[in-house]
Amino acid sequence: MGEHRIAVTINGERREGTVEARRTLADFLREDCQLTGTHLGCEHGVCGACTVVLDGDAVRSCLLFAVQADGADIVTIEGLGGPDGSLSPVQEAFRSEHGLQCGFCTPGFVVTVTQLLHENPSPTDAEIREGISGNLCRCTGYQGIVRAVRRAAEAGS
Amino acid sequence: MTTTQPSVSSHSAGRFVGQSVTRREDPRLLTGHGRYVDDVVVPGMLHAAFVRSDLARGRITGIDVGAAREHPGVHAVLTAADLNAGAGPLQPTMFQGAAPPSPCAPVRLLADGDVRFVGDPVAIVVASSRYVAEDACELVEVDYEPLDAIIDPEQALTEADELVHPELGSNVAMAVPTPPDPELDAIFESAAHVVHETFHQHRHTCVPMEARGVVAVYEPSSGELDIWLSTQNPHEARQVCSRLTGVPAHRVRVRAADVGGGFGQKYFLQRDEQVVVAAAHRIGRAVKWIEDRRENLIAANHARADRIAIDVAVDGDGRMLAARLDHLEDCGSYPMGGTGGVGPFVAMLFPGPYRIGRLGFVSTAVWTNTAGRGAYRGPWMLETVAREQMVDVVARAIGMDPLELRRRNVVATTELPFTTAMGMELDHVTPAETLEQAIEIIGYDAFRAEQQRAFVEEGRLLGIGIGLYVEPTSMGSGSLGVETATVRVQPGGTVTVMLGTGSHGQGVETTMAQVVAEHLGVELDDVVVVQGDTATSPFGAGTGGSRTAVVAGGATREASLQVKEKVVEIAAHLLEAAPEDLEVVDGQVSVRGTPSKAVPLTDVARVAYNDPAELPPGVSPSLEATVSYQAPPITWSNACHVCTVEVDSETGLVTVLRYVVSEDCGVMINPMIVEGQISGGVAQGIGGVLYEHLVYDEGGTPLTTTFLDYLLPTATEVPEIEVGHIETRSPTPGGHKGMGEGGAIGSPPAVFNAVADALALRGATVSAQPLTPTRVLDALAET
Repeated sequence: MGEHRIAVTINGERREGTVEARRTLADFLREDCQLTGTHLGCEHGVCGACTVVLDGDAVRSCLLFAVQADGADIVTIEGLGGPDGSLSPVQEAFRSEHGLQCGFCTPGFVVTVTQLLHENPSPTDAEIREGISGNLCRCTGYQGIVRAVRRAAEAGS
Repeated sequence: MTTTQPSVSSHSAGRFVGQSVTRREDPRLLTGHGRYVDDVVVPGMLHAAFVRSDLARGRITGIDVGAAREHPGVHAVLTAADLNAGAGPLQPTMFQGAAPPSPCAPVRLLADGDVRFVGDPVAIVVASSRYVAEDACELVEVDYEPLDAIIDPEQALTEADELVHPELGSNVAMAVPTPPDPELDAIFESAAHVVHETFHQHRHTCVPMEARGVVAVYEPSSGELDIWLSTQNPHEARQVCSRLTGVPAHRVRVRAADVGGGFGQKYFLQRDEQVVVAAAHRIGRAVKWIEDRRENLIAANHARADRIAIDVAVDGDGRMLAARLDHLEDCGSYPMGGTGGVGPFVAMLFPGPYRIGRLGFVSTAVWTNTAGRGAYRGPWMLETVAREQMVDVVARAIGMDPLELRRRNVVATTELPFTTAMGMELDHVTPAETLEQAIEIIGYDAFRAEQQRAFVEEGRLLGIGIGLYVEPTSMGSGSLGVETATVRVQPGGTVTVMLGTGSHGQGVETTMAQVVAEHLGVELDDVVVVQGDTATSPFGAGTGGSRTAVVAGGATREASLQVKEKVVEIAAHLLEAAPEDLEVVDGQVSVRGTPSKAVPLTDVARVAYNDPAELPPGVSPSLEATVSYQAPPITWSNACHVCTVEVDSETGLVTVLRYVVSEDCGVMINPMIVEGQISGGVAQGIGGVLYEHLVYDEGGTPLTTTFLDYLLPTATEVPEIEVGHIETRSPTPGGHKGMGEGGAIGSPPAVFNAVADALALRGATVSAQPLTPTRVLDALAET
C-alpha cells in the first residue's frame, strides 16, 4: 500500500505525517495526531459526530481521506476552547442549556453550531433546526441543543 | 423561547438536591477531552475485526483461514475450534445456577458448525491495525450449506421442522399458558361491550451514538486481565469475564470511562465483546475492538418486535372490567440478559394506572434466525403500548372520547394504596393528576374544537394522543435491588464518593455529588464521584432500569449522613459543645445560632487522620462510611404524555405539532437532568413509531444496515417538548423515584394514538407500526 507525505495545520499547529492513501482524515486526526475529540458514530457520513472545519467549511472527517486534506487548515473540537480549559461561547451555551448527555455526538454538534453561527449569527428557530439536522443525537431529543444555539446566538449578538 | 411549565424548581428543593446545577461532566466532553473506549491506547495493542455470517441459517462446511493468517500484519485468526472449548459459561450472572428449564439460548462464543443469524460471528482476526484486520477478514473463506431460515415469529410456531436451535428441539423459547378462569369468562359474557384489536410493535432498537467497544489486556506474567469497556454495568462485566476466561475475579479489572450512550444495549456483556476478551486472554496481548455501525445494526441486540392481541370487556358506562392478552414475542437467536421472555412482565404491568378488574394472558416467546432481542429503555414497555393504544380503540368502539374513558378508569389518589388486577400495589403515585396537568397544558378541549374545524373546513387531519402509565422503577430482585456507596472525607477535607454505577449520559457524577453535598453539608465543588471501575468502586449493578436515583441515591444519602454524624461527634469534642447543637453547612461545623463558634471540616479531617490523639474517646480514626442500601422491590413513578400531530393525506407524512409530558418522579435531584432524560426518551419514542425499523427480507438478510436505511429522528422531526412536574415523595430515602426509561415508555402510544385519532376522522385505522407514509396512505386508501 503506497504511503504519502502530508502536511496540515490543525488548530493553528503544523502537523506532518505519512499516511496510506486509504487512511481517513478522522483516523489521521484521532490516531496519528492523538486528537481523540473527533468521534466516529457511523463512518458513512450521516451522523456528523466527526465534523471538523476544513478551510472554513464544516466537513465529515470520516468521508475524507487524509491525503485530501494535504495543505489544509483544520479546526477540531480541541481548537475551539481556550488553552486554559475555558469554554467557547458555544461550549458554554451547551453546558448552560444541558445540550449534551453522553457527550459522544457533542464535538460534532459544537463544531457544526460554531460554523453555523459564524455563517448566520442570528438564525431563526427553523434555521437552527435545519442547521443541526445533519447531526444525530440519541440522548437529548435536541431540546437542550436548540436552546444552546439560541443562547449562543444571543450571547454573540 | 422554551418555557418549561409550570416551573423547573423542585418543590422540596434543598441547597443542592432539587437544583438544576450544570453538569461537571460537561467541560471535558465539550472540549473533546472525554475518554471513550476508542480513545484508550495501550502499548503493543492489536486491533480486531470479525468475520460474520452473511446467511441467516446454514451449516458451516469448511473454514479456510490460511491466507488470512499469512497476511502481513495479522497476529491471529481464531475460530470456534480455537476459542470455544476453553470458554466458561457466557450467560449473565442472574442466570448462573438457575433451575431448568433455562430461559437462555444455547449461546457459544463463535459460530460452531452452523450459523443462526446474519451477523453471527464466525471468526475473529487480530492484526496490527483495524485496516489490516478487515483486509484479512476478506481472506477468510467460509463454506456454507444454506438452510431455510425462520424469520417471522408466526413461522417459528408453525414450521416445527426447521429449528433455530436444534439442540432445544423447539422454536418456543417460553410459553406461559393461561389457566381456565370461569370468573373472567363470565365477565366477558355479560359485558356491555367486548372490543378486540391486535397490535404489532415492530423491531427497532437502542442505537447509542457510540457503538460497542472493548480493549482487553491479558498479561500472562501477572495473570491479570485488564478491560476497558463501553458498558453500563462494569461489575457484571467483570463477573462474566472471570467465568469466561477462568481468571479469578479479583484479577479482573473492568473500567468504563466515558460511555457514549447505552439505553440497555450495554447493560449485559454481549457475545462479541466476550470473544474479544477471550481472544486477548488466549494470545496474551492487548486487543481493541470498536464496533462499526453496520455491526451495531445487525449484531448488537435488537428490541421490541411483538404481536399482542387484546380483548377488553367494558360496561355501559365505559368502565374496563377485564382484559385478555395473547402475546407473541420475537426473541431472535441469542437474546441477551433476561430480556427474551418479557411476557410475564407485560401481563403483570398491563393494568397500569387503571381499575381493570381481571386479566387473563397467554404469552409465547419464540426463537428466530435474527439478531437477539435485548434490553431497550423499558424492556417490558409493550404493556403501556398495548394498553394505551387499546384504550383509544375501546373509546372509538363505544363512542366515547379517549380522555373521558381514561378519567372513568384511572385510579384516583384517594383510592391509594390500590392493588391492581395482577396484585401490584400502587402507592405514592398520581396518574390522575398527571393526566389532568398534561391535558391542561396542551389545551385538550381547544384542540378538539380546532381539529373538527380544520377537518370540516379544510379537510386537514389533526390528531391528539395520550399515553398514561405507571412505571416500576428500580425494579430489583437479587443484586438489582442493592447499591453500596463509600463516602470518604479525605485528609484535606474534600470528599470522594465511590459507587458501583456507570454513567452513560445521566449525569451521575453531578447528581450523586449533589446528594453528598446536601446531606454531608459541604460545597458541591468539594465532592468528586468515582464510579465505573471495579478496582476502585464497591460492587453494584450499574446504571440501568431507572435505578440509580433510588438505589445508588439511597446508599449515597445514608453514607453521607453516617459520615456527617462522625464529623459532628469529632467537632463537638473539639468545640466542647453538644453534638445535637451542631450543624454542618458548606464545610463548616458550627453551633446552631452561634456561627462564630465553629470548626471547619478541614480541621475535623486533619484530626481524624493526622491527630488521632485529639479524637474523642472511643472514636476511630479516618472519616468515611460505607453503606449498602436495599431498595423496595418497586418504586413507582408515573407520567402522562400527550401530543398532537398532523397527517398529510397526500403524502402520508406525520408531523408532530406539540408534545407535553406531565411527570411525577418524586423529589428531583436535578430538574434539568430529569427533563433531559424525558426529552431523550420522547425522541426515541417518536423515532420508534414513525421512522426506525430494523427490516429483514424473507431470507433473513438485514436491509437496514446504515443510517441511510435506519432512520433516526433529527432536530427537524422532534418538536419542542413541554414538561410539567408533580412531586410526590416516594417512601425511599430522599423521596426520589426512577425516571430514566419513562420518556421512551409513554411516547410510543401517545404518538401512535395521535396518528390513529387523525386517521379516524376519515374512518381509517392502523394497528401496526412503524407509521411510515406508506402505511398511512394504505390505511387512508382502505376507507
